[in-house]
Amino acid sequence: MDQNFRLSDGGLINRDKKLSFKFNNKTYYGYEGDTLASALIANGVHLIGRSFKYHRPRGFFGAGVDEPYAMVQLYRNGETEPNIKATEQELFEGLEATSVNCWPSVNFDIGAINNFLKIFLPAGFYYKTFMWPKSFWYKVYEPFIRKAAGLGVASIKHDKERYEHKYEYCDLLIAGSGPSGLASAYAAAKNGARVILAEDKARFGGTLLTSEVNIGNKSGKEWAEGIIAELKEMPNVTVKNRSQVFGYYDHNMLVMSERISDHLSKTKKFHPKQRLWYIRAKEVLISSGSIERPIVFGNNDTPGVMLSSAAKEYLKVYGVLVGRNPLIFTNNDSGYETAIEFKKNGVDPTILDTRKDPQSEIINEAKNLGINIKFSYVVVAAQGYKKVKSADIAKISDDKEQLGSVENIKCDCICVSGFWTPTIHLASQSGNKTKFNEEIDAFVPGTSKQNETTLGAANGSYTLEETLKNSFETAYDLSKKITNNDNKISLPNVVEKKSTTHDKFWCVPLPKGKNYKRFLDFQNDVAVSDIEIALKEGYRSIEHVKRYTTLGMATDQGKTSNLNGLQLVSNIENKVVPNVGHTTFRPPYTPVSIGAIVGREVGKHSKPTRKSPMHKWHEQNNAIFVDAGVWLRPRYYKQGNENLFEASKREAKNVRTNVGVCDVTTLGKIDIKGPDAAELLNRVYTNAWLKLPVGKARYGVMLREDGIVMDDGTTTRISENHYHMTTTTAQAANVLSHLEYYLQLVWPELNVNVVSTTEQWAGAAVAGPKSRDLLQKLFPKSDVSNEGLPFMGFIEGDLFGVKARIFRISFSGELAYEVNVESDNGHFMWEKIMEVGQEFKIQPYGTEALSTLRIEMGHVAGSELDGRTIPYDNSLEGLLSKKKDFIGKRSLTRKAFIAEDRQKIVGVVPLDKKTSIPEGSHLVKDSNAPLPNPKLGYISASCWSVEHNNPFSLAILKNGKNMIGEKLFVMSPLKNKVIPVEIVSSHYVDPKGERVRS
Amino acid sequence: MLHIKCPHCGMRSQNEFSYGGDATVKRPELGKEISDQDWDNFVYNRKSLRGKHLELWQHLSGCRQWIKVERDTATHEIFRTLKANEDNS
Repeated sequence: MDQNFRLSDGGLINRDKKLSFKFNNKTYYGYEGDTLASALIANGVHLIGRSFKYHRPRGFFGAGVDEPYAMVQLYRNGETEPNIKATEQELFEGLEATSVNCWPSVNFDIGAINNFLKIFLPAGFYYKTFMWPKSFWYKVYEPFIRKAAGLGVASIKHDKERYEHKYEYCDLLIAGSGPSGLASAYAAAKNGARVILAEDKARFGGTLLTSEVNIGNKSGKEWAEGIIAELKEMPNVTVKNRSQVFGYYDHNMLVMSERISDHLSKTKKFHPKQRLWYIRAKEVLISSGSIERPIVFGNNDTPGVMLSSAAKEYLKVYGVLVGRNPLIFTNNDSGYETAIEFKKNGVDPTILDTRKDPQSEIINEAKNLGINIKFSYVVVAAQGYKKVKSADIAKISDDKEQLGSVENIKCDCICVSGFWTPTIHLASQSGNKTKFNEEIDAFVPGTSKQNETTLGAANGSYTLEETLKNSFETAYDLSKKITNNDNKISLPNVVEKKSTTHDKFWCVPLPKGKNYKRFLDFQNDVAVSDIEIALKEGYRSIEHVKRYTTLGMATDQGKTSNLNGLQLVSNIENKVVPNVGHTTFRPPYTPVSIGAIVGREVGKHSKPTRKSPMHKWHEQNNAIFVDAGVWLRPRYYKQGNENLFEASKREAKNVRTNVGVCDVTTLGKIDIKGPDAAELLNRVYTNAWLKLPVGKARYGVMLREDGIVMDDGTTTRISENHYHMTTTTAQAANVLSHLEYYLQLVWPELNVNVVSTTEQWAGAAVAGPKSRDLLQKLFPKSDVSNEGLPFMGFIEGDLFGVKARIFRISFSGELAYEVNVESDNGHFMWEKIMEVGQEFKIQPYGTEALSTLRIEMGHVAGSELDGRTIPYDNSLEGLLSKKKDFIGKRSLTRKAFIAEDRQKIVGVVPLDKKTSIPEGSHLVKDSNAPLPNPKLGYISASCWSVEHNNPFSLAILKNGKNMIGEKLFVMSPLKNKVIPVEIVSSHYVDPKGERVRS
Repeated sequence: MLHIKCPHCGMRSQNEFSYGGDATVKRPELGKEISDQDWDNFVYNRKSLRGKHLELWQHLSGCRQWIKVERDTATHEIFRTLKANEDNS
């Protein structure tokens, strides 16, 4: 293939750099600066894919962001990406793409049979046709629809590319670099404002690249190039191409997606593929232009039917002919510009103008060039299957109701212009109340809600002079307001051709006896007849019609279909368009890749990783780590070929018989100071705190106002007005906010200061019958005897020259201590404990052994304090003060909380003493009861009791206090297990709590 | 993303804050008798207002102060922000 449709010169492409690419496994050539679409058209390829529903052949309709058809599966550097618009994808050497939604090939597509089954696929067909028989849905319809309805295939590989996020602030964000964007950027920048100018395409300039205008004695294109060059040099301006501002959010926050590497065959080293910009702008100027509107006629989806502005862009930017025998079908002057371009390049077009006798400068020019123009003429239907071969045309009556006799003329493309639709998406997203402009038959921005102004064609202004004038003035006014500068740019001299009014004609009636499909939404295959059916069936709201017919719901979001759809609904309903209203515009304006949205927060970067000061030691000693919130904690320390079960059993057993050490740095720690600190604790915790002596710790439970347990932990009185609070690892941040809430808002009279000290202290729990002996050796100068440091006591000590806090508290239920040192000394402390502990057979233990120890002791933790339980449920009711009020106390008298058969924590042992019980299983009375089997409770935590050498679990069980000794069944449908069990006390080991006090 | 003026730190993005609910709710005094209905109203019952709403936010990743924000729940317009101890009226 040899680019037969490429002109010998012209266009903005780099003809010195030829690129090869593959489409559907066939090799073609294009030039640097081409899009995949322009390169394919240059090679005469117009069959790109198949349509969504009927699998009709699809070609190109536009030349940019509005393209509804030409979506391809792209292959680049070993990766693949679906739904790439060929009109947006820039060509690079080695690009590969394939068609989507066709099987086995785009030329012969079995799904095209749908085209003949279309009576079964009307509007709402999902809801109707496939409803019966019911079993067919799963077996036949659903798999069939899935296979048939795909638009490309998402890669399931890990994406190697990097995506970045960037936060930026500016005075003016300008979306779109057409005439209004350039003029306003220039005026604002010259007036000292910080400006970001964003352009979706690779080339700046918008319509200036394709229109025959003159600004300040330069061509539009030259003027644009001059402005951009100047802007790029200015320090207060950021100019970005390939950057789509796709979302307008609250408080003038806009999000822009910058495609940094998509146009290259491979992303450069250290470069991201895409970058998402979060831009907070003081003012936003929307200069997003407008999109040409189609005219609806029979078979208007045939490849070769396209927007006339697209045909012009292919000619002027890419030097490509979309056809050699073009038919231009227009209701306004824009079609003439395209026709004139064809003529200038040696191609003879025919113009069909729906207007009777329009007069304007450009029409005269076309006449003078000898172009064949037929007034009051329309295209009735395109003919040809995979490409337009001819057109049925007819004269149309003045009232646009009657067609004359139909004649057939040869053509190879039909360029349509139904006037222009302003791109009001961003304005509408910002909350702007749009209004209908009768003159241009379209919605334009109305009353602003945020600091935004829409300029130029996006605001319905279609003359260059007016656009530039408004843009210069608006940007000057806004920038003056922000910068207080007064540097005004004078309006250059503008030469443009004057247009006359367009014809409000948008849909060609069907000729008698013909039933052509006339499409409104080209991507979702929604035809005029579908809307008619929806309305006949009673749908009235445009939002409902949209969802029932899928009009405007495809990936192009109805950029070319919305207004014609509204016209049709209002015609049938005998309303005017503004009374029908438009559907809501929502971000994103164009599809954004998931990678860009996620940014760098993937894999292990999806959250921060926190490590204790002893992490390195754990690593060096074969610790297997587990995620505990954002912390990494040793789960167990592997010896030899041990697995998790064996290692945790060994570690737990060693705590029960000798001594173990566990890294408890992750516990939340809050430093509380002030004369009213005791009063705060007294209100926050359920038990009494006013009389806690200095040097003593106390276990406390705190509730939410609704009576649910929020957290538990010990708090120690370090000195008169100084407390050290510990929280669970998971709740540390919430508890701090909770305290701050009450101190700042509810009881500001309390003179207390709270601050997180979690990172300031490294903690080691030393637990086991030999822990006191070890402690004595670690702190030879301190009295750690049962009298010197009793249970719940606190002293400060000297650990080989390092200041330490020693708390006699226990989670394992053994005689135990927690030693805290400043974080920097954590590693030193740990090594000393291990070194001195050798003699006592010390072993480190991880979270798994820690769990085992607390479960068989019946100590509650996160799996019981799960945001659904009250103190009674956890057998913590003994900690509820009767004398004083505390947060959440009033809720505990609620009926459900004092019910006689209220749930309560119990222990669960399998009858065979062998089968381990899966956590999360349900407890039932009768394992054979019919479903739904009444559930009495659930298993909150399971372990292998090292004390009894059999499985043991904790459960929250209905009427738990009266269930001890009962035989029930544990059922785990997920693991397909039914286990007969006995209910026992939750305190399975040392029920009297003697060890901790020994 | 909202742009919230912390009365202590100035304009900051919403992602530095966390939401804390209705700022007009007053916690009943400790130790005082209160009916079930009044307690339920305090703990559970909130109006989901459309329009101006005085609400609490905490500048979590900033000064950690709880602040009051007067915001339109429909349009997200923020009319004013107050320190915790400033009077609402």
